[in-house]
Amino acid sequence: MARTELPAVAVEQLHVVRGGRVVIAGLSCTVRSGRITGLLGPSGSGKSTLIRAIVGVQAVAGGAVRVLGEPAGSPVLRDRVGYVTQSPSVYPGLTVAENVRFFACVLGVSLQDVDRVLEVVDLARYADTMVGRLSGGERSRVSLASALLGSPRLLVLDEPTVGLDPVLRVRLWDLFAALASEGISLLVSSHVMDEAERCDDLLLLRDGALLAEDTPAGLLERTGTDDVEAAFLALIDEGAA
Amino acid sequence: MTGRITAAIAARVLGQLRHDHRTMALMLVVPCALITLLWWVYSGNSDLFDTIGPQLLGVFGLVVMFLVTSITTLSERTSGTLERLFTLPMGKLDFLLGYALAFGAVALVQGFLAAGLSVWVLGLDVRGGVGPLVLVAVLSGVLGTALGLLVSAFAATEFQAVQFMPAFVLPQLLVCGLLVPRDELPQVLEWVSYATPLSYAVDATTEVTLHAQWTTALTWDVVALLAFTVGGLLLGSATLRRRTP
Repeated sequence: MARTELPAVAVEQLHVVRGGRVVIAGLSCTVRSGRITGLLGPSGSGKSTLIRAIVGVQAVAGGAVRVLGEPAGSPVLRDRVGYVTQSPSVYPGLTVAENVRFFACVLGVSLQDVDRVLEVVDLARYADTMVGRLSGGERSRVSLASALLGSPRLLVLDEPTVGLDPVLRVRLWDLFAALASEGISLLVSSHVMDEAERCDDLLLLRDGALLAEDTPAGLLERTGTDDVEAAFLALIDEGAA
Repeated sequence: MTGRITAAIAARVLGQLRHDHRTMALMLVVPCALITLLWWVYSGNSDLFDTIGPQLLGVFGLVVMFLVTSITTLSERTSGTLERLFTLPMGKLDFLLGYALAFGAVALVQGFLAAGLSVWVLGLDVRGGVGPLVLVAVLSGVLGTALGLLVSAFAATEFQAVQFMPAFVLPQLLVCGLLVPRDELPQVLEWVSYATPLSYAVDATTEVTLHAQWTTALTWDVVALLAFTVGGLLLGSATLRRRTP
């Protein structure tokens, strides 16, 4: 792995204040190119805020976020970064295919790509079903399909596996691995620690600060633990001591 | 801004309406039903129907479009789809004009149905003819869309958005000349009526009712309606933020 390669995301001294409360205080981290980076932390740790800063929709109080070498949110990034919000941001009043076709039109990619991404997330047979009639997990796959349109270089996925059955979760992680092997960088947030083992790199977040930035193996070795959950606890103890 | 994305947004909004038969029916049928009710109410006095009927056509278009647009845009803000669109190559004007185009098309159908029904079936006497009446009804509808887009920024929930109707539209209704001619209003209220857009919608329909020819006053009313629409869209674009707290 060439360490000199441009990181997909470089965050430096990020400060975010929401409603008078400091949500992220001076956070720095990187997301390496062509790898799956897991952003793990409990609910309320600042995962979504960090993700929103990376896709350029979060008002920030200070610091710098660069994505694929450009400042986060630059117009040139808008067809290179695929973003899936935590609650599926799709239109319940349209069919699956109409939703994805709409995002394809906005991105200016061919409508044939719609069939491809629906196939990828295994929703082709629901193409003509209204999104409002789908389950939560199916809706989030419609949202994911829309983010896969075109040829994104970076995928930023906020809790994409919440509420999915275990079989589907495994299949999605297989998909993420396949995408990474094509050179796409992925930042995937989760509050489920056992998803950490499917990641190449980990960012552990707590109370808006970075607890650790390491590979899963490196993290376990450093903390002398067997799983990421225990490592997380060990790091908190370490910080408290 | 690009034509492709503006058109995509307009087509999507119309697609949502196409699936939502009940909303579509409410938007198209309610103004027709109300004008028929008004005709019935004034069945003993056709002069009053001829005066108030056209004025209310403008009001109905504005109110219906205002409500539908403010709720639709608000749900776009709260559901996260607007945030997602802002990470895509969409400009603020694409969003605003896409909505204005889609609801403008609905306003056209709505205005045509309500004005056609009034003139051809209910015998509304409009000297200026159906054409200008439909035009004013459509402009009022598009104005309602622009104002709806604007106020949706100030509502956090659908419940609040609905409350903006009485708070924002009813005062305009009281001073627009429908109840008391504007030049007979107390001085301050007359000034207020000049600053509120609904007055121009009502003035325009009055002009169409009274004159067979297109008048200069009508031109100015149309210009005022367009100016308020553009102003509403520009202010609305200022409330759309790519980055939010």
